[in-house]
Amino acid sequence: MADARSLTDFFGILGHRRTGESAATVDASVTQVAEVSYPTKALQKFLSCLVGAENPLILDLGPVVGSNVTFFGEHLGCRIRVEDVAADLDRHMKEGRLEQLPEYFAGRFTQAPGSVDGILCWDILDYLDRPAAQALATALCRLLKPAGCLLGLFSTAETRDQVYTKYVVVDESTLRYRTYPALRQRQRTLLNGDIIKLFKDLRVTDSFLMKSRLREMLFRKPAPRA
Amino acid sequence: MWKRDESVKPATPPAQTPATAPAAPVGAAPASEPRAQIGRDNVNIGKSVIIKGELSGSEDLTIEGQVEGRIDLKDNVLTIGPNGKIKAEVFAKAVVVLGEVTGNVTASEKVDIRDNGSVDGDIASPRVAIAEGAHFRGAVDMQRSGAAKAQAKPNAPAAAGDAKPQAQKVGA
Repeated sequence: MADARSLTDFFGILGHRRTGESAATVDASVTQVAEVSYPTKALQKFLSCLVGAENPLILDLGPVVGSNVTFFGEHLGCRIRVEDVAADLDRHMKEGRLEQLPEYFAGRFTQAPGSVDGILCWDILDYLDRPAAQALATALCRLLKPAGCLLGLFSTAETRDQVYTKYVVVDESTLRYRTYPALRQRQRTLLNGDIIKLFKDLRVTDSFLMKSRLREMLFRKPAPRA
Repeated sequence: MWKRDESVKPATPPAQTPATAPAAPVGAAPASEPRAQIGRDNVNIGKSVIIKGELSGSEDLTIEGQVEGRIDLKDNVLTIGPNGKIKAEVFAKAVVVLGEVTGNVTASEKVDIRDNGSVDGDIASPRVAIAEGAHFRGAVDMQRSGAAKAQAKPNAPAAAGDAKPQAQKVGA
């Protein structure tokens, strides 16, 4: 008989599933558009990349999700810094200063270069123009420690929904996608080659094309050779 | 069907130090008449009170007013009410935020940012809860509970040459 995890994977293959809780949450808030759960594979890899580190520092580029803070804190005993890049993007959009984003991202992060163990990039790069995406990716590469890892999600569907997604960690193998209104829609879908070019200083260690039509990619910064 | 024995139930939470002073502002400069109410081990600083300086004490404290400086309630619970505005370094056993905090928050037990609560600063606590709808900007440092690792060697930041992950694994 199949165990719970294998059933989750099986249903994940068939397509997304709605949770009972999700319906209640949607009713509870007007701003939340939808909430669905999907399996994830890259998150486990991300966690295993950091589990041996002593009090690692994680940079979370999504909006703050309380349960994620608790999850990563309890699993990794880490420090988490939440930097809501989607809010930055909305602010620039509102002020009509999108062309200044590359310059902004170049000086956005205050952490010392090479001081961050892990970065949860989520899918924010899908919402940026090429120059802004490149500036953000370069800044993230600079922040990452050698052997540090970065988790990125990239849509493979040509959707132009004007929503951001909060990725709520349910467990190591499940993410709940919770959408909320955005001022900007997703931009052009990034191809594999484009993504690799963005993070040219990192090495792709894992890439999963999920049934949710997201590509989950895990990057690591190569350790310097002795 | 099942009746609870009300006579056993304590009327208030267990008292800790009932005879101590509520809070001892050092160098405090209240802009208006302080209306701190002393009652059952919980001090309430009202909406109209502004305190600048250091606030310390050994009783649970609820702040509805404004505090700038430093708050030190190491063994007690600090609640920032919905009207509370804090610009201070905060040290307490537990911190519940329903209002606004600007500054670093350190709690030995828990930090709880409720819906509409706001924290702009770094949090250090073994347990952190951030409600949906709360605002938080900063870093969270949660040490592994029960692990003696907490007092282990500090991280050497930006030591680019020596950043290999350690082989030691921690069972989750």
